[in-house]
Amino acid sequence: MGFYRGHVLVCGGTGCVSSGCREVIAAFQDELRKKKLDQEIKVVETGCHGFCEKGPLVIVYPEGVMYCRVETADVTEIVNEHLLKGRPVARLFFTEPLSLDKIPRYQEINFYKKQKRIALRNCGYIDPENIHEYIARGGYDALAKALGNGGPATVLAEVKASGLRGRGGAGFPTGTKWEFCAAAPGDKKYIICNADEGDPGAFMDRSILEGDPHSVLEGMMLAAYAIGAGEGYLYIRAEYPLAIKRVQTAIAQAEELGLLGENILNTGFGFRLRIKEGAGAFVCGEETALIASIEGERGIPRSRPPFPAIKGLFGKPTVINNVETLANLPQIVLHGGAQFAAVGTEKSKGTKVFALTGKLRNTGLVEVPMGISMREVIFEIGGGTFEGKKFKAVQIGGPSGGCLPESQLDLPVDYDSLTGAGAIMGSGGLVVMDEDSCIVDVARYFLSFTRKESCGKCTPCREGTLRLLEILERITGGMGVPEDLEMLEKLAISIKSTALCGLGQTAPNPVLSTIRYFRKEYLAHINERKCPAGVCQALFYYRVDDHLCVGCGVCAKICPVSAIQGERKQPHHINMSACVKCGACVERCPFHAIIKE
Amino acid sequence: MKRISSFDDLQALRESAQAQLATRQQNEAQVIVGMGTCGIAAGAREVLGELLKELQRRNITNVSVIKTGCIGMCEREVLVDVVRPGEDRVTYGRVTPRDIPRLVGEHLVNGRVVEDLLVGRIAMQV
Repeated sequence: MGFYRGHVLVCGGTGCVSSGCREVIAAFQDELRKKKLDQEIKVVETGCHGFCEKGPLVIVYPEGVMYCRVETADVTEIVNEHLLKGRPVARLFFTEPLSLDKIPRYQEINFYKKQKRIALRNCGYIDPENIHEYIARGGYDALAKALGNGGPATVLAEVKASGLRGRGGAGFPTGTKWEFCAAAPGDKKYIICNADEGDPGAFMDRSILEGDPHSVLEGMMLAAYAIGAGEGYLYIRAEYPLAIKRVQTAIAQAEELGLLGENILNTGFGFRLRIKEGAGAFVCGEETALIASIEGERGIPRSRPPFPAIKGLFGKPTVINNVETLANLPQIVLHGGAQFAAVGTEKSKGTKVFALTGKLRNTGLVEVPMGISMREVIFEIGGGTFEGKKFKAVQIGGPSGGCLPESQLDLPVDYDSLTGAGAIMGSGGLVVMDEDSCIVDVARYFLSFTRKESCGKCTPCREGTLRLLEILERITGGMGVPEDLEMLEKLAISIKSTALCGLGQTAPNPVLSTIRYFRKEYLAHINERKCPAGVCQALFYYRVDDHLCVGCGVCAKICPVSAIQGERKQPHHINMSACVKCGACVERCPFHAIIKE
Repeated sequence: MKRISSFDDLQALRESAQAQLATRQQNEAQVIVGMGTCGIAAGAREVLGELLKELQRRNITNVSVIKTGCIGMCEREVLVDVVRPGEDRVTYGRVTPRDIPRLVGEHLVNGRVVEDLLVGRIAMQV
């Protein structure tokens, strides 16, 4: 292989694939060949950079210049101007939403500046389908270090010292889990990677598997070595085809190099990996349900104890770790647990990846140190809500989490303070809502999700979530009665304390946290029959303001159900019994004469 | 791919792989070639090609090769700037592919300015 003076890194994460990065890559290769630059400049497809909102992203090295939303039509200009003549194309730089500055280098963008990347350190920097690039970045060095000196006990000690807690949601200390499993008697042990990411809006696990699959494999090997396992499973949901393909490639390459298989690095340690594709049931993220699914049974949880660390897959001691947890491990073993523990708060160490979505300017994947305030994440990294819209709440932790209002934004982000505030860390989904979102409707949405995903084994979850949903539907439908709030709270608390697994125990969280912080909004729905955000369809109607309407007829034409009638040049009126409240007339009316109330 | 069977093998593979990734580092040492229309007309592409070959021959990976546009002194193209960490930025003019081994060997590696091609220096910003 020759020496290339420049590398063009094109993001090949799922987000950028759907916005057309494959075509951009092909265009670059084509254009470079035409200009006879293909021996000087290499095009590399990387994993996700996290800034999916601006994709397809292209980063040109050695300058480190980032271009946003690159289309095939822009490629010729980039090649001619930047790669041939050395003049970066300023038009495609990222524009900072507040200052409107054009910023060429991605390290200087606020979105990246505030981040600290440990689990995502290679994502977007290396080619995930080339093991050499991972090795060049220090990959498999942690494995060599663990196998070479110290032995399993040292790995375990480093992980314990790091204070790493499970990134899948519950936040159980990883070292402790391993210790239980290492001490458990058994002729065979297993390590499982839980990649059954199911929270709406969360995609950090997928991005890590797509962008840096080897870090997860190495993490699994370190875990296996520490607990004495010789076999491992990656449980990846089938909705992630690209992640599955990249993991398959990574396993094949590692096996070819002898970094997976028998007698790794001539040390006698052997490890085999298999992929199990999950069918996308939310409950299979629960560890006992996941084990049942791998065993070929229906994916339903069982009661614990015995915990999987004692009696897990095929009845053998098993450790189940989340993707992000595993991706942190090589760095912990390589640089020591103390260095990792220096980042974060007293009880929550290291960093956490969050998936920023919802109504804010910069959406994407960010990795921040634990203890950072929610305000910094949303307003400084995320760029805040859109022009003129007021921040209302942030939903954290997916369907098991809760909604936090503005008053809670200065809370440090760590496991314990979030739990105290009624939310949970969860897998790290952050859905930002502005004044146009109805809190009751959000709670109803998450309940409808958990109700559908409930496996039906235990009564509190199967029946309880259905009843909660019924009450919420009644309230959003304008039929709420004053006793509903009390009933919701009572029901939620009893589900929380009696459900079998994590799904049921956390499913009422969205209801409880929204009642706690947004009781007024519930009361407005019940007592005044009003939805302050104007979302719940049963609680508002449209009317035409006679003074503003000039009778142009635009609304009547756009109405899909012909509910608007009127003579030309005369004020129109809406037939509410036919109206489906789609809002199309409001958007079209040039005189703002249609009023929602 | 060859199977890795010892720690040394892994280390050797890592070093060769790191050379491939060196382009993505933000190096302090830089060679900047003027690639405006004037530069290209004066033969900047050939100079650049030779420069890349020379760096490869010497196995130098911690230097960034950067292109830049016209700086206005078209008469003295091909202009090549050499920047060593912590030293002045030195501009050379009328560079031909034959001069490249000297620029790399004398200046970039050993820090001795090649006086006969010298156009000017820009003091390092402190």
